Amino acid sequence: MSADAGRTGLGEAAPARGGAPLDPPGFSLSPAWRRRLSTLVWGVVSVGLFAGIWEGLWALGYADPLLLPPPHLFLADIPGTLQFFDRSNRVGSVATGGGVGALLITMAWTTMRVVVGLALGFACGVAVGATIHYVKFLRNLLLPTILLLAPISPVAWLPVAIFVFGIGDVPAIFLVFITVFFAIVLSTGAQIESVPKNYIHVARIMGASQRQTFWKVILPAILPSLFMTLRLNLFAAWMVVLIAETVGVGTGLGQITSMARSTFNAKLVFFTMAIIGLLGFLSDFALRQVQRRMLWWIAPNQGGAR
Amino acid sequence: MTRPAVSIQSVSKRWTPEGRAPVQALSDLTFDVAPGEFIVLLGPSGCGKSTLLYMIAGLEEVSGGRIACDGEPVTEPSAERGLIFQEASLFPWLTIADNVAFGLSVQHVQPVRRREIAVEMLKRVGLGDMLDKKPDELSGGMRQRAACARALAMRPKVLMMDEPFAALDVQTRARMQDFLLQIWRDSGASILLVTHSIDEAISLADRVVVFTARPGRVKTIVPIDLPRPRESRDPRYHAYRDMFAELLADEVDRAFAEQEAV
Ligand SMILES: Nc1ncnc2c1ncn2[C@@H]1O[C@H](COP(=O)(O)OP(=O)(O)OP(=O)(O)O)[C@@H](O)[C@H]1O
Ligand SMILES: [Mg+2]
Repeated sequence: MSADAGRTGLGEAAPARGGAPLDPPGFSLSPAWRRRLSTLVWGVVSVGLFAGIWEGLWALGYADPLLLPPPHLFLADIPGTLQFFDRSNRVGSVATGGGVGALLITMAWTTMRVVVGLALGFACGVAVGATIHYVKFLRNLLLPTILLLAPISPVAWLPVAIFVFGIGDVPAIFLVFITVFFAIVLSTGAQIESVPKNYIHVARIMGASQRQTFWKVILPAILPSLFMTLRLNLFAAWMVVLIAETVGVGTGLGQITSMARSTFNAKLVFFTMAIIGLLGFLSDFALRQVQRRMLWWIAPNQGGAR
Repeated sequence: MTRPAVSIQSVSKRWTPEGRAPVQALSDLTFDVAPGEFIVLLGPSGCGKSTLLYMIAGLEEVSGGRIACDGEPVTEPSAERGLIFQEASLFPWLTIADNVAFGLSVQHVQPVRRREIAVEMLKRVGLGDMLDKKPDELSGGMRQRAACARALAMRPKVLMMDEPFAALDVQTRARMQDFLLQIWRDSGASILLVTHSIDEAISLADRVVVFTARPGRVKTIVPIDLPRPRESRDPRYHAYRDMFAELLADEVDRAFAEQEAV
């Protein structure tokens, strides 16, 4: 652990020392801002290069603008594209040409389904995982079924979700829920098992009750790894919600993509893809921020309990 | 005679791990610890020293015999019997001050009072300016001192330490020993400290309990009749060192012979 501390110390000091001589006089950024700026610059370069190659292929005539319209084409026609978005969250409603507002509303609905599904899946997963870890009878009763259901792809649950919940938000939320639920249930048990014995000993010596030990020691010890599990399943959740929206909801970004495919609207396809990519990126960023605030004792990207 | 702080009578411990042969860790162990006494436990690896501390702490049950603290039989853990582990077991999600106050928070002491006690304890162990640091930001020696502060905050009558300085370098270790003697005098607690270092035993102990190889028994109990601070140049110190080296060599030989026989 002390080696760890040494490494962080060096990591912070090195860029400051390396960068100092290059600074123009009178202009200096704190290392944190410099790191952020460099991340941003590389982000722009990376995306720019990707878009540039695409544009180049179009300019050379390799990319058919009807099938693979390059960014400047599908972004230029935003007003035309936006008319396919709808303000209401009604199934099968004809696009009302809602503009930016409609786009934001559609994005918000899809995001809501992901967030609610993830939050429910996480909370229920920890609760069920801890319960079956501690109550032997329930473990014997439920674990075989959970092990059987866990490997089933969430997409395979879609028909079931529609049979049970009908068309609407619930099947989409349910699918996102399934995406994280089993992973969290199984990882909760494993993580509780691997909480260092000394932590438990300390709690017992200090006179903590079982309940206090769980809330004050075990839960904080396992949260970082569980949160990592959640983050790993975030992109799967975005995948699943789009499929659910295509089939089981009839609204949202997934429905737009599906409509764009069936009406052969390549501009709309790529525009929606860009939006979905952006939302996925932002939600991962948001989760990282939550991790930084709430799980401050763990360095970002480091999931294991220590 | 006053009542012993810890009384260990014919204690034995047999581990019965699932799916493996049972292990007789300790057998027929008897000795007393006087109030305020500094006891060092010395013995070959695997002879059950840690096991004994866990049983005194109430974390493990005895297989036979009786352990009593202040006349009361030990049945469950209690904050009166603090235990400090080889690696500091500070919680990484709490600041140093909150770690020290953990036991108090479990016992529903008011937050303001908690903080006061934590600050006072951390000052006593020389970490007054580390209150709001994370455990990760401290060196190994500092972390062990914080663990001491956490145990002391509960005002224990018995403080047990399982090789607390084994992971530290030689210089830090010497400083920590001085620090420990000071804590011991201030708090008036009895201390039971496990070590593999003969020098550590001679520098610290009132009495050294030497264990036999497994199954651990008391081989002999040696009072250290040297005034503190103890000088390693003192010829009597050398005599103790030779004596312990010989006592331990016998037992280590036996332990190895046994392992080869298996
Ligand atoms: N939880 C356990 N389950 C089964 N056997 C155990 C357990 N803990 C310890 N033992 C066994 O009991 C014996 C004594 O172990 P203990 O850790 O008390 O020795 P020790 O004197 O502290 O050794 P060391 O100096 O290496 O720390 C060992 O043979 C060990 O394998
Ligand atoms: Mg040990």
